[in-house]
Amino acid sequence: MASQLITVHEKDNVAVTPRDFKQGETLTRPQGPALVALTDIPCGHKVALTDLAAQAPIVKYGEIIGRAKQAIRRGEWVHTHNLMSVENL
Amino acid sequence: METFQGFERPDGSAGIRNYVAVIPSVACANGVVAAIARAVPQVVPLYHGHGCGRAVENDMHIRTLANLGRNPNVAAALVVGLGCEMIKAEGLAARIAQSGKPAAHFEIQQAGGTRRAAARGIEIVTGLMADAARLARRPLPLERICLGLECGGSDAFSGLTANPGVGRVSDWLVDRGGRVILTEDTEMIGTSHILRRRACNPEVAGRIGAMVAEAEKLTHDLLGPLAAYVIAPGNMDGGMSSIQEKSLGCIVKSGTRPITQVVDYGQVPDAKGVVLMDGPGYDTESLTGLAAAGCQAILFTTGRGNPIGYPIVPVIKVASTSRLYRQMEDDMDVDAGVVLDGTPLDELGRTITQLLTRVLDGEHTKAEVNRQEGIVCLYTLHPSF
Repeated sequence: MASQLITVHEKDNVAVTPRDFKQGETLTRPQGPALVALTDIPCGHKVALTDLAAQAPIVKYGEIIGRAKQAIRRGEWVHTHNLMSVENL
Repeated sequence: METFQGFERPDGSAGIRNYVAVIPSVACANGVVAAIARAVPQVVPLYHGHGCGRAVENDMHIRTLANLGRNPNVAAALVVGLGCEMIKAEGLAARIAQSGKPAAHFEIQQAGGTRRAAARGIEIVTGLMADAARLARRPLPLERICLGLECGGSDAFSGLTANPGVGRVSDWLVDRGGRVILTEDTEMIGTSHILRRRACNPEVAGRIGAMVAEAEKLTHDLLGPLAAYVIAPGNMDGGMSSIQEKSLGCIVKSGTRPITQVVDYGQVPDAKGVVLMDGPGYDTESLTGLAAAGCQAILFTTGRGNPIGYPIVPVIKVASTSRLYRQMEDDMDVDAGVVLDGTPLDELGRTITQLLTRVLDGEHTKAEVNRQEGIVCLYTLHPSF
């Protein structure tokens, strides 16, 4: 069963889950330190790799895919509830 | 200099296959083309549904059909016309012959009907086949390769496994002086600023901006509220949180190198490097655009499992998950799902690159083995008359 987080680009501050994770589970990475899931995170979704302040850019593919609506902690699920889509970046 | 084993054409282009193509100038000629292909099964018939009854698309369809004949994988072509159609066999053959390769033509009405036309076609292609068979592979520089990029039937993992894996191959080929073509405008919506930043000069940046803006406008104008299904932040349940995230997962196929040119549908680029082609997201029409633009091979990523190939261009299928790979192993060439088990993307990139180099040298893709040639689907914008 796949269990390691997937990071697409070295600049990314979010990684993607290869399966459903439950709160409290340890998320390991091929490179970089492991982290603990602070929330349930569904398969194929994103988890914050670092603490992010409100308004901080959220980076995947090495590019800004949106901004944090509120402070997001390392290990938290990142999706539309806490990510603002930004037009005309 | 890195090389592959290819067929050199008179215009200096390099084929990785050595086909004799039989091209109907109009859909009404498909039956005669089929009769020729039944008698000489080694020819490649390029069946399509157009060639007449259209006005606005005429130039685009002439360019596309002629450029299919000029594709480097085609050694020689026969164009079969009817006689009263808008897109004439003679004109298409003349455009193909400009590349220096043999291009014959005739019209069914002039030949005296189906049977006599088929007999004439069989005689012509038999001669073309004999000439093509005398051509041999020899080492040619990789810089002559033009690679098409396509994604069809994507899933939540396409943008994580298969597409970034293909992006590694794009960088690899561009670094060797080759060309990759990224198309499917609808998949670029939301990432115009990112693509523009990669443009080699302001003019190219301007064309990228105009092309993506037009794609977005067309989607809204024609689909209204349904546009959300095309351009919305993908499948939210699948984990896409913004339109940028969704489109980035698609454009990552083009790698990271500068964008050097934007071309129209089915137009042959002159710049090397990363080229964008203005074209639809619909796979079959997109493949035609890439083949007409001169791509000798196409990397096609899929999450749901699309088996289609293309008549004159080997198509390599990259499955986004191991589950899909196992489920449709007869159709899938590469399992990109290994990334989900911890295989680095660079390693997946090397695996796809190694397969691509074998395909350039002649190894058949699964789509070729399965004879997934299908028909030529041409992009259209307006109703026929």
